[in-house]
Amino acid sequence: MSKARAAIVAGPQAAIKKARYSQNNTVWNTLFKRILIGIRGLILPVLILGIWQFVGSFYDVSDTLLPTPAAIFHSFLDLIFTGELWAHLKISIWRAAVGFGLGAGLGLLFGVIVGFSSRSEQVMDPTFQMLRTIPHLAVAPLFILWFGFGELSKVLLIAKGAFFPIYVNAFLGIRGVDSKLFEVARVLEFSRFHLITKLILPAAMPNILLGIRLSLGVAWLGLVVAELMGSSEGIGYMIMDARQFSNTDIVFVGIIIFAVVGKWTDSLVRVLEAKLLKWRDNFNGDDSSR
Amino acid sequence: MSVTIKSVHRTFKKSQEEDLIVLDDVNLHIKKEEFITIIGPSGCGKSTLLKIIAGLDRKFHGSILIGGQELTGPGIKQGFIFQEHRLFPWLTVEKNIAADLSLNDSEIRRKVDELIEIVRLKGFEKAYPRELSGGMAQRVAIARALLRNPDVLLLDEPFGALDAFTRTHLQDVLLDIWKKKKTTMILVTHDLDESIYLANRLVIMTPRPGRISQIIEIDMPYPRKKTDVRFQAIRQQVLTEFEKSELIH
Ligand SMILES: Nc1ncnc2c1ncn2[C@@H]1O[C@H](COP(=O)(O)OP(=O)(O)OP(=O)(O)O)[C@@H](O)[C@H]1O
Ligand SMILES: [Mg+2]
Repeated sequence: MSKARAAIVAGPQAAIKKARYSQNNTVWNTLFKRILIGIRGLILPVLILGIWQFVGSFYDVSDTLLPTPAAIFHSFLDLIFTGELWAHLKISIWRAAVGFGLGAGLGLLFGVIVGFSSRSEQVMDPTFQMLRTIPHLAVAPLFILWFGFGELSKVLLIAKGAFFPIYVNAFLGIRGVDSKLFEVARVLEFSRFHLITKLILPAAMPNILLGIRLSLGVAWLGLVVAELMGSSEGIGYMIMDARQFSNTDIVFVGIIIFAVVGKWTDSLVRVLEAKLLKWRDNFNGDDSSR
Repeated sequence: MSVTIKSVHRTFKKSQEEDLIVLDDVNLHIKKEEFITIIGPSGCGKSTLLKIIAGLDRKFHGSILIGGQELTGPGIKQGFIFQEHRLFPWLTVEKNIAADLSLNDSEIRRKVDELIEIVRLKGFEKAYPRELSGGMAQRVAIARALLRNPDVLLLDEPFGALDAFTRTHLQDVLLDIWKKKKTTMILVTHDLDESIYLANRLVIMTPRPGRISQIIEIDMPYPRKKTDVRFQAIRQQVLTEFEKSELIH
């Protein structure tokens, strides 16, 4: 996690500092550093995979319990070449995207509304806080009852999860705007529009982006629950199906796909963060060797 | 614009029972195009008074008239330069100066460039506040206020973070703008030389409760020289006033 952050946030900053102080070698230096940071993040996974493969090949471990990395990779290639994986992934991504879009959009909207007015906070926030604590698994049966086994119940379940992190964070971000800068906005006679676009949204942006990241994570979790509770396609279904036929390697492929896509979307938001928050002066960890 | 401060009182709640009287019956009439400096020990209510004049603090008793009109609230015609720079951290230098105005407007663009030149920040137009020193940031804040052509400019220790050279330069800039634009200036400072260098009238405040203890007319032509005998004489006079009110701290 922190590896990606260092690479994205510290990378360009380090590059700028370097460029100012010395002219030569800077490109190579930063490239070398980035590769080094990348390698550092790979040490642990590679080690674990090595031991895993070793144990699987030389001791008698049942394939149903723990297939070797090579076997998993093999069925991964199989799934790709038959086109099965992509078909499942497509529908999963679609569900997650629609659910996330709906939930995060509404969460942002209500977070901003409640952030702006204490009256709407008094009216809405207690209800939202109550709903927030209800777990997915508790409402899943209800959603199925109301909306059937189709896409709607799944999308809504994902949306429910994605709603709250961004709602809470947008609200916090807006309430956290420095009152000293509000005074400046009053002296400069900002219009309501400029108050929002020049002061409140930029000030709340770190929180909003954090909310988006947390929402994305929760959306993936919601997706798993939604697909496990009954569907005929999607990565979650693929896992369920493979488990029934004891194809543990495919279960692993599914889990890894979830992890990789989750990480990848998270990195995407981090890139967005690095772009939108480049004005921030951040602490990036204190290893002088970095 | 003239500024009239009529029997202004301001108290802050210290605890349930106890009130802290910060300003007690402050009266001052500032004529159009005057340059007033306010000097006084830390905590005597200088910033509080400026905020009241700016319209930012409405919880006072008494009244403030700007150009004969009752003050209704803050606005661009009462420019304010805060004790801290208060720049928007997410905006570059030029965008901080423009703030809600658009740099795509060629007239604004021209004025912003001109002001960047005046406050000597050429080359830093695209820098973010975190990349600036304290003094540079304060100069951006000054440019931001000047862009709006205020009738009254309120300055709360604006040059505190600056080195002597930049300080003198900006004092001259301020005098220049004052002469050209006829802005009424009210500047709070800790620096005796600065207040004599700039002011028509120098206001001395005493603490607990904050009151105006002395107003000294400085009838000396600009530009003033700090080595001038008259300058030194006024300095001596002000120091004597300070001693009288036992203000040396
Ligand atoms: N918001 C506030 N709440 C409570 N007390 C306050 C508040 N603002 C100022 N005070 C009190 O009012 C008094 C005057 O404060 P003020 O900031 O006006 O002083 P000052 O003359 O500007 O001092 P300095 O030269 O250090 O800036 C101080 O004793 C301070 O504790
Ligand atoms: Mg002050």
